[in-house]
Amino acid sequence: MERRRLIYLDNNSTTPCDPRVVDTMVPYFYEKHGNAASRSHQFGWEAEDAVDYAREQIAKLLNVEDKEIIFTSGATESNNLALKGVFEMYAKKGNHIITAETEHKAILDTCKHLEKAGAEITYLKVQEDGLVNLAELEAAIKPSTILVSLMWANNETGVIQPMREIAQICEKHGVLFHSDATQAVGKIPTHPRETGVHLMSFTAHKMYGPKGVGALYVSRKNPRVKVTAQMDGGGHERGMRSGTLNVPGIVGFGKAAEIAMNEMGQDAERISKLRDKLEHTLTQMEETKVNGNINSRMPHVSNISFKHVEGEGLMMTFNQNIAVSSGSACTSASLEPSYVLVGMGLGDDLAHSSIRFSLGRFTTEEEVDQAIELVRNGVNHMRELSPIWEMYKEGVDLTKIEWTAH
Amino acid sequence: MAYSDKVLEHFKNPRNVGSLDKEAQNVGTGLVGAPECGDVMRLQIQVDNDGTITDAKFKTFGCGSAIASSSLATEWLKGKSIDDAMKIDNMDIVEELALPPVKIHCSVLAEDAIKAAIADYRKKNGIEEPAETNAAQA
Repeated sequence: MERRRLIYLDNNSTTPCDPRVVDTMVPYFYEKHGNAASRSHQFGWEAEDAVDYAREQIAKLLNVEDKEIIFTSGATESNNLALKGVFEMYAKKGNHIITAETEHKAILDTCKHLEKAGAEITYLKVQEDGLVNLAELEAAIKPSTILVSLMWANNETGVIQPMREIAQICEKHGVLFHSDATQAVGKIPTHPRETGVHLMSFTAHKMYGPKGVGALYVSRKNPRVKVTAQMDGGGHERGMRSGTLNVPGIVGFGKAAEIAMNEMGQDAERISKLRDKLEHTLTQMEETKVNGNINSRMPHVSNISFKHVEGEGLMMTFNQNIAVSSGSACTSASLEPSYVLVGMGLGDDLAHSSIRFSLGRFTTEEEVDQAIELVRNGVNHMRELSPIWEMYKEGVDLTKIEWTAH
Repeated sequence: MAYSDKVLEHFKNPRNVGSLDKEAQNVGTGLVGAPECGDVMRLQIQVDNDGTITDAKFKTFGCGSAIASSSLATEWLKGKSIDDAMKIDNMDIVEELALPPVKIHCSVLAEDAIKAAIADYRKKNGIEEPAETNAAQA
C-alpha cells in the first residue's frame, strides 16, 4: 500500500527546497566544483561568477547593494556575527544592547554570552499581542546603547514588529538597528535600507533554499557599519567572515531569492487564504484562542491555543498524518512551555495547549481541509480524555483548585 | 521523539477512560498535577468490602506518556487489594512502558494519583492511613 503523504504544516522550522533551486545547484557539485577564492583558473572564476550572481539576486530581493551581503552558514551564525561583531567593533562607544524576551535563542543566548564579556543587555517585555512597546524601547535607550536587535517576524506566532517605527527611534538616538529577519525574508517585502535596518540576518532554508547557507546584510553607507570578524582565516567576505564559500548552497540561495522576488505576492495571497480558512474553522471550536496580533502577522502562520488539551498529546493524535510543532516544549528535555507565549502573558496552562501551524508554497487546499478534520477530531478526542475539560464543563472554577505543582 | 510501542498502544486504545461517582462511599478519587505543568491526572478506584479494587477509571490532561501511564495504572489496579495497590512503584510503570528519562515524571504522577485515590478512599471510610503517604488529593 502506498504510504499517504504527510501533510507538512511546519514551514517555520524549515521549508522544502523548491525543485528549481535544486536544479540550479546541481552543476556546482560536479563540473563547476571550483573554489570561489581560486583566482588562477577557470574553475575558480566560474565559481566566483556564480557567487557574484547569487549575491546580486539576493541584493535585488532586499533592494540593497550586492556588496552589503555577507554569506554565512545560516541565520544563527549571522546573528552571532551581528551581535558579537558590533559589540567588539563599537566597544569604545558603549556596551549596552537592547533586545526582547521573545527573540530566537540565537539572539538570546548570544546576548547571555556577551553579558559574560561585559555587555549590559536590556530584554524588553512584549505586549499581549506580541509587539514591543515603542515607548518602552525609547525609554531603554541611553548614552551607552550601541545596538537594538529586534526580530522582523516571530518564529512561533508570525507577529511582525513595527519595523519602521523602531528604526525611527534608533535613528533619532543614533543607535544601530539589527533585525533577525529569518522568518520574513522571501515571504514578505523586507527592504532594510528603506526601513532603516542596518544589519539583517536571514537564511536560505526558510525560503525554499538549501540548509547550511545564510547571510548578514551589513549597511555600507549612511551609516557605514563594520563588524569584527568572529571567524579568522583567509579574509573572505570583505574580511568579515572567513571560510571557503558554500558555492552550491549560495547558488541555490540566489535562485530562491529570485523566485521569492517574482512569486512572493501571489504566494502570500494564496497561502494567507488557506491559513485563514484553517484558523477560522478551528477557532469555531469552543475555548480556542489565536495567539499574536492578527493585524500584524506573517501570511502563513497561525498559533492556536486549544484550552484544556495538552499540545504534545494533541499532536500525537495526528502526527502520523500532519507535521506541526507545539507551543509546549514538552518534547524537549526542558518540559517548559514556550517562552515566547509566556512572554506574551499567556498562562503556562494555555502555552502548554498551543499548536503552531505554518503553511508554505507547497501546501494545498486539500491538505488544509484534511488537517482541519484531523485536528478537530484530535481536540475532541483529547478533551474527552481531559479531566480539566470535564471540570470546566461542570462549571468548576479551575483557578480555585489547589493544584500540586510538580 | 519516538514513543515505545506500548505507549502508542495505550495512547490509541486507552483503558478505563471515564468517571466514577466521586460522592460514593466506596469510591476514592485522586487528582494530581497542575495545568501549568502540562500534566493533570484524575484516577478513581471503586473498592468492595474486602478492600479489593473492583473498578478503576482515569482522565488525563497531558502528553502521550502521561496518558499511557494512567491507562496502565488503572489496568493494574483492577482486582488488586488496596494494600497491594500501594506497592505499585513508578519504576514498574517506567519499565513496562519503556519511558525515556524525560518522561519519568509521568510515571511519578501516576503513582501519586494511585496513592491519592487510596488516601481519599481511606479517609472517607475512616481507615487509618500509613504515615508516609504524602500525595495530594482532590
